[in-house]
Amino acid sequence: MAEYQNIFTRVQVRGPAHIGVSLPRGSWTRTGTPLFSYLLGLIGDAQIGPIYLGLSGIASLLCGFIAFEIIGLNMMASVNWSPMEFLRQLPWLALEPPPPAYGLHIPPLAEGGWWLMAGFFLTASLLLWWARMYRRATALGLGTHTAWAFASAIWLYLVLGFIRPVMMGSWAEAVPFGIFPHLDWTAAFSIRYGNLYYNPFHMLSIVFLYGSAVLFAMHGATILAVSRFGGEREVEQITDRGTAAERAAIFWRWTMGFNATFESWHRWGWWFAVLCPLTGGIGMLLTGTVVDNWFLWGVKHGLAPSYPEVFPHLVDPSLGAGK
Amino acid sequence: MKLANIPVLFGGLAILAVSVIVLLKFERPPIDGIQRGYRGTGMVELYNPRTVARLAEANQVPTSLPSFGNVGPKAGTTYKNVKVLGDVSVGEFTRLMATVTNWVSPVQGCAYCHDTNNMASDAVYTKVVSRRMFEMVRHINKDWTTHVAASAPTGVTCYTCHRGQPVPANIWFNDPGPVQAGGYTQVSAGKNHPALTAGITALPFDPFTPFLEQENDIRVIGGTALPTGNRRSIKQTDWTYALMMNFSQSLGVNCTFCHETRSFTDWAQSTPQRVTAWYGIRMVRDLNNNYLDPLKAVFPAARLGSEGDSPKVNCATCHNGVYKPLFGATMAKDFPELTAP
Repeated sequence: MAEYQNIFTRVQVRGPAHIGVSLPRGSWTRTGTPLFSYLLGLIGDAQIGPIYLGLSGIASLLCGFIAFEIIGLNMMASVNWSPMEFLRQLPWLALEPPPPAYGLHIPPLAEGGWWLMAGFFLTASLLLWWARMYRRATALGLGTHTAWAFASAIWLYLVLGFIRPVMMGSWAEAVPFGIFPHLDWTAAFSIRYGNLYYNPFHMLSIVFLYGSAVLFAMHGATILAVSRFGGEREVEQITDRGTAAERAAIFWRWTMGFNATFESWHRWGWWFAVLCPLTGGIGMLLTGTVVDNWFLWGVKHGLAPSYPEVFPHLVDPSLGAGK
Repeated sequence: MKLANIPVLFGGLAILAVSVIVLLKFERPPIDGIQRGYRGTGMVELYNPRTVARLAEANQVPTSLPSFGNVGPKAGTTYKNVKVLGDVSVGEFTRLMATVTNWVSPVQGCAYCHDTNNMASDAVYTKVVSRRMFEMVRHINKDWTTHVAASAPTGVTCYTCHRGQPVPANIWFNDPGPVQAGGYTQVSAGKNHPALTAGITALPFDPFTPFLEQENDIRVIGGTALPTGNRRSIKQTDWTYALMMNFSQSLGVNCTFCHETRSFTDWAQSTPQRVTAWYGIRMVRDLNNNYLDPLKAVFPAARLGSEGDSPKVNCATCHNGVYKPLFGATMAKDFPELTAP
């Protein structure tokens, strides 16, 4: 029993290191001599390397490093270069977007210029990494599903940091680069636009987020549960159903009357994951641009119920002769 | 050590780290919920009985000396240099002076404000300050009943803020924030440091200067479903958010004490306390601008803030973590001379 509930991988296959399939003409070579790590083997494959960097990979890492440095050094400047304060305050520190007064103009470095520059390099880094994912998948003869799933996350990132600020005419609408500050930004965003929970695309995004977690748990549990019958050979069992696939299917038909197949489950998982940032990005894009107060929008469309008044009816005191 | 034990070691360290965070940052039950709004709306105030007991202990009201009534000769004619309390009888005046010493400077005694060789002298700066404070208390009790007597004749006395200390525990100064490196590096945005004034968030750490001294607009949420020209920014919302967090921690209440949080801005769904708070904001602004700021000329440098400004008041100055100062004790009724005629 305990064997199947272990959080660590129970099987580590050790053979001659696999260098990988031959690469198409024009590719760089893979670098590094493969080695084996027992510890990493507990949570993944024990073989480390070789790695393929390529032009897009190196350019992406470089851009990412520049963005990381701009953000980190400005954070450090905000504690006057004190290493101790930097460590102590790190979760609170941030690189802040320009004040609203600058609109979409390029501000001085000290007033958001660094933010714009860090955003540029971080975006370049992400897009280059996307290109790398796409090209590596193609080079291996794979489908490009991973790249398109990653594109969905990049979409949400671009909506928050670029597309929506441009539509609103102000860089100030964008997210600060910082651990707590970006969370505070999220709460302030919801407050400013009258409660994001009444945004139907936010609702959908939550459905897909929590849905992904549920599907992931169901899948992991199902496959581990039938691995004693060879169920981990999922792709083979799509077309060649063995007793593992049949038992897994029967289990879910018994418990909830319906089951995914070994193929369709992966489509469920991919779409739930992809739709989470996709719908979230749509919801953010509509906020401020076409809807200003989501609660009132919810009232207008019969989404937000009204409750009996418990307190005496209040009137805004600023409207009265109040002092 | 066997290699296989390493993950166990890491797991143990992780559990230890999580335990430390949970023990230091989380509140031990029980938490009592008190429903205030319509059922199912989450309009619930949360209280930990241990915290309530601790606050009740810290908010004991001192017993008042017996009053002999405002009869007999007046302080203004008997004593020299009595400018505010001149129409109070000598008996009541003496009673008040003894009481105020207990409220404000029980350790330092009369000499905290008075030159004991010449009680009428204004040589000690604290006497000039306390005279203005008497005027302030009288002004609050007479003109700000919308805040200090909204539901019951509570009122304020010196003790509401001072609690036996010459300087009240909760005061504030203009805060430009930590020193920045300057040069080409980013300037301070007034935020992104641990804000003790706003629940240790990364929100603006001085939400007082723009709202409780200056009169910047607190409201950021639009009043229409679709955009109709509300250009208030998310950054501006950060400041309002920080101010509201401070209200919450100053009064020891949740957002729901004043707001139905599904629509913060809607007055029709808010609780009556929101109106009281609305007047409170204006009261504090009035006090800071008309009573406390001008005193910076009187205070010695050691009493001023880093920007050379006076110590000022906010919600916590009176409330001290309680939804009504001193749990709503009506101290002021024992001292009618603390209400302006």
